[in-house]
Amino acid sequence: MPEVRKVAVSFAVNGEPRTVEAYPMARLLDVLRQDLLLTGTKEGCGEGECGACSVLIDGELVNSCLVPVAQAEGSRITTIEGIAGETLHAVQEAFVECGGAQCGICTPGMVLAAVTLVGRQSAQPTEDDIRNGLAGNLCRCTGYMRIFEAVLQACEKSVGAGA
Amino acid sequence: MQSDSMADRFIGKSIPRKEGRAKVTGRALYVDDMVMPGMLYGATVRSPVARGRIRGIRYAQGIPWDEFTIVTAQDIPGKNCVALMLNDQPCLADQVVNHAEEPVVLLAHPDRYLLEEARRAVELDIEPLPAVFTIDESLARQQVVWGEDNIFKSFLVESGDVESAWGHAHLIVEGEYETGAQEQLYIEPQGMIATFTAEQGLTVWGSMQCPYYVHRALMTLLDLPVNQVRVIQTETGGGFGGKEEYPSMIAGHAALLARKSGKPVKIVYDRMEDMAATTKRHPSRTRHRTAVTREGKLLAMDIEFVVDGGAYATLSPVVLSRGTIHAAGPYFCPNVRIRSQAVATNFPPHGAFRGFGAPQSIFALERQMDQVAKVLGLAPEELRRRNFVKQGETLAVGQVVREKVDMAGLMERALELSDYYAKRKRFAEENPRREVKKGIGLASFLHGAGFTGSGERYLASLVGAEATPEGRVRVLAASTEMGQGTMTVFSQIAAEALGVDYDMIEIVQPDTAVVPNSGPTVASRTCMVVGKLVESAVLGIRQQLLSSGLLPERYTSEQFRQACRQFIENHGALKSSSEYSAPPGVYWDDDKYRGDAYGAYAWAVYVAEVSVDLTTYEIRVDDFVAVQEVGRVINPVLATGQIEGGVAQGIGFALYENVVWQEGQMVNSQMTNYIMPTSADLPPIRVFFEEVPYAHGPGGAKGIGELPIDGPAPAIVNAIENAGGVNVNRIPVTPEVLMEALEGVHA
Repeated sequence: MPEVRKVAVSFAVNGEPRTVEAYPMARLLDVLRQDLLLTGTKEGCGEGECGACSVLIDGELVNSCLVPVAQAEGSRITTIEGIAGETLHAVQEAFVECGGAQCGICTPGMVLAAVTLVGRQSAQPTEDDIRNGLAGNLCRCTGYMRIFEAVLQACEKSVGAGA
Repeated sequence: MQSDSMADRFIGKSIPRKEGRAKVTGRALYVDDMVMPGMLYGATVRSPVARGRIRGIRYAQGIPWDEFTIVTAQDIPGKNCVALMLNDQPCLADQVVNHAEEPVVLLAHPDRYLLEEARRAVELDIEPLPAVFTIDESLARQQVVWGEDNIFKSFLVESGDVESAWGHAHLIVEGEYETGAQEQLYIEPQGMIATFTAEQGLTVWGSMQCPYYVHRALMTLLDLPVNQVRVIQTETGGGFGGKEEYPSMIAGHAALLARKSGKPVKIVYDRMEDMAATTKRHPSRTRHRTAVTREGKLLAMDIEFVVDGGAYATLSPVVLSRGTIHAAGPYFCPNVRIRSQAVATNFPPHGAFRGFGAPQSIFALERQMDQVAKVLGLAPEELRRRNFVKQGETLAVGQVVREKVDMAGLMERALELSDYYAKRKRFAEENPRREVKKGIGLASFLHGAGFTGSGERYLASLVGAEATPEGRVRVLAASTEMGQGTMTVFSQIAAEALGVDYDMIEIVQPDTAVVPNSGPTVASRTCMVVGKLVESAVLGIRQQLLSSGLLPERYTSEQFRQACRQFIENHGALKSSSEYSAPPGVYWDDDKYRGDAYGAYAWAVYVAEVSVDLTTYEIRVDDFVAVQEVGRVINPVLATGQIEGGVAQGIGFALYENVVWQEGQMVNSQMTNYIMPTSADLPPIRVFFEEVPYAHGPGGAKGIGELPIDGPAPAIVNAIENAGGVNVNRIPVTPEVLMEALEGVHA
């Protein structure tokens, strides 16, 4: 069996260019957490079921535990650390206010899923839009109701801001 | 609904979660986010068989074993047990194994990939012994797998005389009900980091509910004095009981590896290991024999309640106790006998899970009530209405209900909010023409807050408070935040009691070197019991300021700050503490197993509406109404979130969450095939509170955390029967279970 060597992989994380030396099949999740110390991205299941490790790659919501780092070459990655600017993103604000976060471990992934959902809405999403948009992110604490409310509130604010 | 005391500044207000910003930005640090210089990773080699004798341990070739720290039972300096109740569970198996996944060998290495290879290269040579996998096998005692008789604990509750009642009965109804194991499935897996030095002793950081449980277990395991063990809780990603007792095990493992290697060691389970090896809700079987009068009054309830405790006792005796006391529900019945047992099998030990025995016995009772109603020809709500316990009446264990209770009122509200009567009528008319049948059902129940029986007296919890030189007030308690809102609610209680700004309150991170033992974060006790101690501890600070003359009777936050600063300048420190004492008149007799089982109960009526597809056997919950009385609600958003989350777990318990066992091993230990509800699966969960302030709770609050998982399963299964006319007596009602039940009906 040929020895697997580490390779250099370059991408942008939260707007900053980064290059890491990693095994090509290393999980993007591990590279983010261990090499780049971006520990806001969480591991819940390691098999793409729970969504705690959700990040955005070129604007698409993905489970970083299922992405070999080699596949991220040249991409733009956004993690939870890249969502707030000077102030919280409207989705984060709404999660705090509405009780969308309890234990917080699913929250980074859930916030990224919600940010994606809110960003794609031209109008107020229906309940089904929200349920389906978040169905890849599991939460054991909330029963999701406060999260739905947070998404609705964030949509109202961003639609209001855009108007 | 809000109560009248609107003068409150913080109690009753939905103040955002204290650590909310850290959580939504990803800055909150969980144990797996922490790294220490020179840190090793730890792994656990586990038994592949359910019961056997360990003949040997082989370390296969091809692994540089000399680079590894290897720990077995022989390396344990203290007592080889996870100190808890009966101290029967070894921290590492020695000579025998009693369940699959039982830990036998520990490994540590700096390279986690090589570590995983090494874990697979350890071969355990175990001679299998016959194992016990059912309650009946355990009770038959052909194999004695624990103690002398496979019984961890049994209880007998007797009030009146059940035997003499049967002869006077108008009707007698019998039923048998079963509930399955359920995985807590906190999204953050279990994890710990340990460091050990000869000078400083042992320090452990990790995800946990009960720092002082871990502290005691480590002292026992490593034979260390109190001041040589320090336990610090890191941000905890959900617990639900799953991080009540098991963290003592994993902390022990990390500690043993750290002690032997001299380096920091981190153990974090992956999902599969977490699901396969850690505790689950106790499976149960309940038999009911109920006698009723012609008027539909309960005359006698004879209940046999058995829970499967798995291979070691863990918390089974107290899980059984709570389940036993809740088995007769919120009803008055003159003759009650409850016989209960926790039995040993060769499954991984079952342990704490939200509700702690009550969801099991309440499922059985609330299904039984519907069966009794059916036989009597009464509506389910009418039978309940005729039998609800009232203020001044006595519950099965001899507890007089002193507080105001209005179960009939709660039920009317729940039935109205769910449009129960109209829907029941409409579904009955429409179902014959429908392929997908609709049904609606209810459950009425209670949940005791705080430790059962004398538990709170024995715990004698302690909370501290101190002022800082900046004039802020710090609350010191071992009660953990794991998502339920401890930090926020404690801050609200403290700020309200002191009449100062909410931001002036700090909640100190639970660290056994810093905080006193306020008891474990379990049993719906944190807000009601510990919160009351927080209130009195901070009032002690104010009292000292008043007595010293530094603070006027009426003051502003700024005056309070100034007074604290001045006091500390004058006296060096300003501290106060408060210890639990039982509310007046609350007494439990351990020997007779009678008395005031809980300081207070929360009361509730839940209504579920379901669709049952008779072609695919798929069941969907379409609407859910949860009405409860939990005393004063301290923080409506947090409280509502607790109820919604508990209902969601209860829906999972009722319909989806099926632990599949093969030879004592969980074979679906993945999120792919152990199904918990997603956002697409749940109905609207509509939550309503009646507020009746409890005299001995902080700001009038009672416990809330566990209550919501008691009601969903029976309400849903009662609704399934209403929809499909089928009597299902076990959960989870997977499509397979429903199919069997329906085919039984059709046969």
